[in-house]
Amino acid sequence: MFTRRERKEAGQGYLFLLPALLILGVFVIAPILYAVFLSFHKVELLGGANYEFRGLDNFLKVTFDDRAIIALKNTAIYVAVVVPAQTFLALVLAASLNAGLKGQKFFRVVYFLPTLTSSAVLTLIFMWMYNQNGLINYVLKIFHLPTYNWIGDPDVALIAIMIMNIWATAPFFMVIYLAALQDIPDSHYEAAELDGAGAVQKFWHITVPNLRPVTSFVVIMGIIGTFQLFDQSYIFSGGSGGPNNSTLTVVLLIYQYAFKTLGTMGYATAIAFMLAIIILVATLVQRKFSKEESLY
Amino acid sequence: MKKRSAGRKALYVILVVYAIITVIPFLWALSSSFKTLGEIVSGSINFIPKDFTLDNYKQIFSKEPLFGRWLFNSLFIATVGTLLNLLFNSMAGYALARLSFPGKKSIFIIILAVLMIPFQVTLIPNFLILKELGWLNSYQGMIIPGAVNATFIFMMRQFFVNFPKEVEEAAAIDGLGRFGTFFRIVLPLAKPALAAQTIFVFMAFWNDFMRPLIILSDMDMFTLPLGLNSFKGQFISYWNYIMAASMVFTLPIIVLYAFFNRYFVKGIKFTGDK
Repeated sequence: MFTRRERKEAGQGYLFLLPALLILGVFVIAPILYAVFLSFHKVELLGGANYEFRGLDNFLKVTFDDRAIIALKNTAIYVAVVVPAQTFLALVLAASLNAGLKGQKFFRVVYFLPTLTSSAVLTLIFMWMYNQNGLINYVLKIFHLPTYNWIGDPDVALIAIMIMNIWATAPFFMVIYLAALQDIPDSHYEAAELDGAGAVQKFWHITVPNLRPVTSFVVIMGIIGTFQLFDQSYIFSGGSGGPNNSTLTVVLLIYQYAFKTLGTMGYATAIAFMLAIIILVATLVQRKFSKEESLY
Repeated sequence: MKKRSAGRKALYVILVVYAIITVIPFLWALSSSFKTLGEIVSGSINFIPKDFTLDNYKQIFSKEPLFGRWLFNSLFIATVGTLLNLLFNSMAGYALARLSFPGKKSIFIIILAVLMIPFQVTLIPNFLILKELGWLNSYQGMIIPGAVNATFIFMMRQFFVNFPKEVEEAAAIDGLGRFGTFFRIVLPLAKPALAAQTIFVFMAFWNDFMRPLIILSDMDMFTLPLGLNSFKGQFISYWNYIMAASMVFTLPIIVLYAFFNRYFVKGIKFTGDK
């Protein structure tokens, strides 16, 4: 039996949790169940919502949908390029910043600017720099490199977004690496120095292995983030995913099916579920992979 | 010794080059925001405007009646949303760390599970729920669904678990009740955790693009990211206005960062703790 004091404490506990549980219940947990329901139905929004049971149709439809396959391909290429690039850049920057040079604080603040700035602003700034007579082509010309129609050419539009996002995200992961670098004991480096290791050797044989758990975290966060690319391709293409579907991502496709075409809301929910499963599997594979590696 | 200083020089080169790469887009945007349209379309590459002008800023604030409104909407939604998060996440974290009641463990596990769900899954049902509630195109539709964040409930719980119990016991002896202890003793001592949360949550509201895009359809309810995007459509070649608006949009976050910078790095570390 509960004493009066215990009952009072329990009441207080529920009271403290009430706002959080209410909001999570209505806007996270109920929507998850609702999403399961939606994904098996054809949904028509005519004033109210109309549901028609379709079984697994929404999930099977993806294989016949050219745009879904393009979106998946674009997203996969994007993840495969951006995650390794931003992880490597973050690591190099963190290691350079951690070398005990003067002005560290200054560099850290400067590097952090893109992380603070909204994706909408960053995308607009880059669109301004990417325009045909813009700053980036101007710099390329100075170095006698080929210039591009960055926004209009289907062959380079996705690359333009990749460059922008590697630039914008690497500093965030750099900060995570920086925190982890402080935890590597100096004695490791001192021992290596006695053995005559150079700076590059120390980096590869001490810094990199010691950071393996953090790298695993950074890669997983990177995978989750890159699979969800939306703002940049939406703003870049005015919501279309163009030119010629070259910037169409899975989340942009979900958005289009849910809110721009009629009668495909259930299908959009099914794609969202498949995306969630892809992200989950990628995360598990990466986690397993990094665990096996740490056995050596 | 000599080799070592060569290495340091190489590191400095990396750092300086990357700093330049980081700053140039911002400087370029800032300089474009002070240029006349004539100078913008001429395509000349100069970072210092030939005819320095504040007209772009005047234009967006005076001739674009909605811009001030968008700024207000963004500030209002982000501020109220952040305050609610600070309150609700701390209360929930505190209950999970300190109070005992039946079902505590299951609630904690559910909150951890919520962390793993990508928000795209809940996006469409959320739209339909907001539609049922009549909350589309409203402040509460933007604020309430985001007024709690499982990540920070978890973070606050970790913070309060490590928090010395004696302080609270002393407060109880002095006759403060549970709520008095929480609001007057515990929360003020949780400042570093709250400061880190403030930045992250405020930034998430301030910079959010997808949720407002779905929830808000009236131009005068738009937040700044949506407003900026509609600017782009409307002033397709008026990059001077777009850049001025972008700078106005970026400033509050930089001020907030400067203010909480000290806690920010600590806050990131804090989330890394067990």
